[in-house]
Amino acid sequence: MTVTDEKNALTFECETGNYHTFCPISCVAWLYQKIEDSFFLVIGTKTCGYFLQNAMGVMIFAEPRYAMAELEEADISAKLNDYDELKRLCEQIKRDRNPSVIVWIGTCTTEIIKMDLEGIAPKLEAEIGIPIVTARANGLDYAFTQGEDTVLAAMANRCPKPKDIKPEEKAEHNGIQKLLNFGRQKDNTTPETTTPNHPPLVLFGSLPDPVVTNLSLELKKQGIEVSGWLPEKRYTELPVIDEGYYVAGVNPFLSRTATTLMRRRKCKLIGAPFPIGPDGTRAWIEKICSVFNIEPQGLDEREAKIWESLEDYLQLIRGKSVFFMGDNLLEISLARFLVRCGMTVPEIGIPYMDKRYQKAELDLLAKTCTEMGVPLPKIIEKPDNYNQLQRIKDIQPDLVITGMAHANPLEARGISTKWSVEFTFAQIHGFTNSRDILELVTRPLRRNNALKGLGWEKLVEEAQV
Amino acid sequence: MKLAYWMYAGPAHIGTLRIASSFKNVHAIMHAPLGDDYFNVMRSMLERERDFTPVTASIVDRNVLARGSQEKVVDNITRKDGEEKPDLIVLTPTCTSSILQEDLQNFVDRAQLDAKADVMLADVNHYRVNELQAADRTLQQIVEYYIKKARKKDQLTQDKTVKPSVNIIGISTLGFHNQHDCTELKRLMADLGIEVNEVIPDKASVHNLKNLPKAWFNLVPYRELGMMTANYLETEFGMPYVDITPMGVVETARCIRKIQQVLNAQGAQVNYEDYIDRQTRFVSQAAWFSRSIDCQNLTGKKAVVFGDNTHAAALTKILAREMGIHVVLAGTYCKYDEEWFREQVSEYCDEVLVSDDNGAIGDAIARIEPAAIFGTQMERHVGKRLDIPCGVIAAPIHIQNFPVGYRPYLGYEGANQVVDLIYNSFTLGMEDHLLEIFGGHDTKEAITAGISADSDLNWHKDAQTELNKVPGFVRNKVKRNTEKFARDRGMNEITLEVMYAAKEAVGA
Repeated sequence: MTVTDEKNALTFECETGNYHTFCPISCVAWLYQKIEDSFFLVIGTKTCGYFLQNAMGVMIFAEPRYAMAELEEADISAKLNDYDELKRLCEQIKRDRNPSVIVWIGTCTTEIIKMDLEGIAPKLEAEIGIPIVTARANGLDYAFTQGEDTVLAAMANRCPKPKDIKPEEKAEHNGIQKLLNFGRQKDNTTPETTTPNHPPLVLFGSLPDPVVTNLSLELKKQGIEVSGWLPEKRYTELPVIDEGYYVAGVNPFLSRTATTLMRRRKCKLIGAPFPIGPDGTRAWIEKICSVFNIEPQGLDEREAKIWESLEDYLQLIRGKSVFFMGDNLLEISLARFLVRCGMTVPEIGIPYMDKRYQKAELDLLAKTCTEMGVPLPKIIEKPDNYNQLQRIKDIQPDLVITGMAHANPLEARGISTKWSVEFTFAQIHGFTNSRDILELVTRPLRRNNALKGLGWEKLVEEAQV
Repeated sequence: MKLAYWMYAGPAHIGTLRIASSFKNVHAIMHAPLGDDYFNVMRSMLERERDFTPVTASIVDRNVLARGSQEKVVDNITRKDGEEKPDLIVLTPTCTSSILQEDLQNFVDRAQLDAKADVMLADVNHYRVNELQAADRTLQQIVEYYIKKARKKDQLTQDKTVKPSVNIIGISTLGFHNQHDCTELKRLMADLGIEVNEVIPDKASVHNLKNLPKAWFNLVPYRELGMMTANYLETEFGMPYVDITPMGVVETARCIRKIQQVLNAQGAQVNYEDYIDRQTRFVSQAAWFSRSIDCQNLTGKKAVVFGDNTHAAALTKILAREMGIHVVLAGTYCKYDEEWFREQVSEYCDEVLVSDDNGAIGDAIARIEPAAIFGTQMERHVGKRLDIPCGVIAAPIHIQNFPVGYRPYLGYEGANQVVDLIYNSFTLGMEDHLLEIFGGHDTKEAITAGISADSDLNWHKDAQTELNKVPGFVRNKVKRNTEKFARDRGMNEITLEVMYAAKEAVGA
């Protein structure tokens, strides 16, 4: 590999794909919490069920809103009728929980036995009177966070059109606006009836409610009204989407949702870096503003102020290196932010790289590296964990961001780690949460400082990675 | 299709991987889609394992499906053979990939041509057996493979060791307190003057499996893992085995007496009676505890026990025989081995429940309203919701089952630990008396049939005020008793009078 002419171009490699990540059905763990009136039914085997229960640590205890439809031998050998079986289960769910929507999560097994979930759902939906959304969150095609992508892409098809909404229901669909205006008397004098002077904007990506409010407010400061989020807190409040609406994603793993919104719902996608870190958030807002011909106000100051407040953490990581083994598809955005923080990134492993959907983010990464005067990272799609461990052994990075399977063994060999999963579950979006990202990133380094001098760095007899 | 919220035992491949990764220098290849390899996470996180889990997933994706898996699986086997130089490579599919109905044995044969390691396909049906059965089968399969191999090479010797010796069978990674149990069993064997010949599969080398027949007998402490191997070795070499779980003082003594019988039948002349007596009466604290005033207060208290066969049966016996506690219900989720369980516990409890439906157990607990539960993590949560204390006695494993300190369940120290667990699970001392005042204990009828009853009763202000005077930690119990009383009599309103009437009724 020549280094000279690669100075300004990112390199992409693809390895064997023998890597560890979570199954995409894990998205139910956060989506069922986000969509409060939903019920998620994972149609799969004992292997799927045990994963959700055990490895994800989301034990199904307190009156859960998700369950397994566990496929048994008779289902696999097609001795039982899929329709009747699913009907029996969904009627029971309706009786026990009465959700507003049942989301069927297809798995590898339903793919392999070719269970026609998309064909069964509309019939059953009509029969039991509850919407059934079908997502194929299987490990044959997708990794970890992409499960959310499959669910949101399916829900994008269920978003109402303006003509579907009766006038009296309109207020309900403006829940976000009401929330934002709450307690702001001045704004309330001109309530939701005023249409913003830009085309409607719908944001997609599942974020905790405080983060939704936060990002919506940041845009509101620039005079941009978010007309809805996919998903909303309730399935019954899915945003209205029509041809010509603008859409923007908040997460890098939502390329299918983006495609669905563009192709099926004829929306216009705003391709921006993702609102992770002060630099990313700023770029995201700027891009949305530019599409609406709005001159952004006060972003310089806002970003500068956030960076200032991060200084104590930045001192811990400046000049240090971070290696991404690849897990949740947030890798590019996090790497870009950490380079801006002064870190170097030798390698970014990532399960799947959609260079079109992530184009703005990749460009910003390259630009950030140039501006910070650090080498561009090597991007490894479908990495091979064994090879990566050899490289980690050679490079000895200051921090490895990795899936849970490798964290303890790396720590035992004196390599600091942070679980990538934590970035999936923590609130990392927007200006305000930048500190939370660094809180996670610096934790192993702060822990090491606290234990410094004990001399317990290598805890295996033969330190072999 | 089955609507499932909870699983007591994992899928088959977890059992196979537990065995493979327990052995030293054995590598497992999972033929599975992305994300099915969470066994690595469980082992690395729960066991706080310092080494990389010797399990590699050979990923099945769309391309592999379209082209066929053979090339990829064989490549991954031979690659691991070169990289890790294992003694044995075990190939296993998961529920998903087993549906593909590929000729995996052929993959293995093909890989064996190039690999220096032995290569084996774990032979289990992923839809018919669970984790525990698959672990039992895989261990037997590996043992049989190496016994046959040694026989072929004429390396098998049936000469017994000079001193009495034992193989401990069934200690495995991700087992419930297995590591500590193993240490305790080794101590016990040392006390008895018995050499430990081999422990399998934990940290064992497959090369040493040919030495198994040298031992005088096999000890299988857990019903779920090791019986198939013990039976195989008995059939093959006439090796006797002892399958009495040494849990609790009484069963530990029974186990030791059985060992004595087995050894003396082979010409040893051992007498462990003095040892048993000394341990029971003076060294172990458990027997003394049974006679102490603390335990007296537990007499007749009601308990529900639920878990795997080994632990649920042993706990039932300890509670009933050693502590005078009334076991109303003893249950197991090992449906495949129901008969054994019934035979073991029937005389020590009122009811037996064999089910892997957590709802059925939850409802039974709500109906019985025991003073304490001894169950799995699931029952612990049921207990939380019903305000009934629960001691966790069985898998599914949880990070809490991998304590850093020494916490065996087997042998004499295990008996001490179990006593602590039982005693601390009940409400005690002053707490007990406060409960008595407001009639908190051991009533018979259910509040409602299920475990998730929200209050539909109207509490008057004065009754509510009175309720609030009840100390916080027993308030819910008093509330539930009062509401049950009201419900039974068809009352919708709870006044102060109703509350005291309830108290009197419960006391009566």
